[in-house]
Amino acid sequence: MSVLAIVEQRMAGEVLAAAQQFGSPVHAYSIDLPYTADAYAAAVEELVRKMNPALVVFGHTYQTRDYAPKLAARFGRFLISDIIAGKPPVFVRQMFQGKFNADVRLTGDGPHFVSIQAGAWRAEGSPTTEPFIPASPITRQAAEPPFREAARAVDLTAADIIVSVGRGIKEKENIPVVEALAQALGAELAASRPICDAGWLPMDRQVGSSGQTVSPKVYFAIGISGAIQHLVGMKGAKTVVAINKDPDAPIFEVAHYGIVGDLFEVVPALVEEIKKTKV
Amino acid sequence: MKIAVAIKQVPLRDSPLRVNAAGTWIDEDNLGFEINEPDAYALEEALQLREKHGGEVIVISAGPARVSQTIREALAKGADRGIHIEVATSVITNDTLRVANLLAAALKTEAPDLILTGLQSDDLGYGQTGVVLAELLGLPSSTIIMQVEIQPGKVRVKRELEDGWFQHIEMPLPAVLTIQSGLNKLRYATLMGIKKAKTKEIKVITLDGASEVPSASAVIERLYAPEKNKAGQIFDGDPKTAAAKLVEKLRFEARVL
Repeated sequence: MSVLAIVEQRMAGEVLAAAQQFGSPVHAYSIDLPYTADAYAAAVEELVRKMNPALVVFGHTYQTRDYAPKLAARFGRFLISDIIAGKPPVFVRQMFQGKFNADVRLTGDGPHFVSIQAGAWRAEGSPTTEPFIPASPITRQAAEPPFREAARAVDLTAADIIVSVGRGIKEKENIPVVEALAQALGAELAASRPICDAGWLPMDRQVGSSGQTVSPKVYFAIGISGAIQHLVGMKGAKTVVAINKDPDAPIFEVAHYGIVGDLFEVVPALVEEIKKTKV
Repeated sequence: MKIAVAIKQVPLRDSPLRVNAAGTWIDEDNLGFEINEPDAYALEEALQLREKHGGEVIVISAGPARVSQTIREALAKGADRGIHIEVATSVITNDTLRVANLLAAALKTEAPDLILTGLQSDDLGYGQTGVVLAELLGLPSSTIIMQVEIQPGKVRVKRELEDGWFQHIEMPLPAVLTIQSGLNKLRYATLMGIKKAKTKEIKVITLDGASEVPSASAVIERLYAPEKNKAGQIFDGDPKTAAAKLVEKLRFEARVL
């Protein structure tokens, strides 16, 4: 099965490693063009028509999400996005925010299109790719250079201990419950996306794919279910502690230590125990 | 301006989910449903744009009869009218291309100036219905949008990138945008809104022939709970005992406290 790997700087090694597992020969290209969804969809369409691969592999980056579904639709296909395992013709991806895995079987002829989840395949060797310059670039879109908001007030990446809070906290008024734990531990307070979306904690305390990527010695996930968008931001923690009322929450899959229970009972008890050690 | 919002109905957050007898989808008996959360932000953005620029907000959704309840709730929040493409659950669970085709067919005649939808669904999570919809309608699209600014004949958006980066993109209208959660503050339906919603129109489109529904290019063969991580230690018992055990482990085993 011939495989076409579309490589951007992000996840390059992982995409090539996955492509090599999926079939051969593998052709790897990077698109040598300023990014817009229109321009990349057209460029990769041209490349796919030229190479006629059975499978096209992408990294599941924000860029891929922006244009690859458009491209797949031009071939009467949809993108089997964010796969975590498998090889043709059956791939594994998470559904219901990580509560379940699904085996997804490709049907019909190629080309098929898949994007791999960050961290699911180990990068191997040094990536070699050919640049592809499309014959006639087209776009209806004008993109400005990427920017960051004003410097982050909080740098979570340097923290040794992080206490992170999720939806389980229920209301803004309950934030002091986890603040007390952070204080007892001398930890930085962080949160999953929904907490920052709701304005209960500032955006610059967000951990996850759209926030900060952290690797503390200990990461306390309090009332965080563990959707992949959060996990990618904290997988590098040396020790993960999860406190959640749902024993099936995906966070327990990555936790080294866990307590299944009501955080409003467990966290205050934990604060007491930690205070005892500091007397 | 005419704004269409494509919404999806998903199981209520924190529902206890079980795999069905066939092992291919969840058991939907006794489940409650609600609007997919990112779609709620898309709806809110549409309502705010209408408040600013005038016009009309149409909500559209594909799914079984139960979906009309979620459309009604969107009307209660302030959408003007609804379109319900009534299809079996099996049609909407396997393949986003098929769903996007249904939405595109219904929206072609409406010819909205702007189409919004959430960046992904909380159930399948393929994250592409909006992008494919744009492609099928021949429109430009942009994804994971944190800000929408309407200008004469065009739209300027702030698109989220990884690790706290953003980018501004401009494109002509009509266009399709997939909305990131948190770009606005969700409103609740008022009593008056709920009352008004009862008289608002929901157009029901039914599909009889299978020929109208393009076939899937991939199918869910098996849905299952992920394997448990055996390495993790879970402490139970009363909160005090569990907390004491955890602190002991963190101090003397992990040596991190």
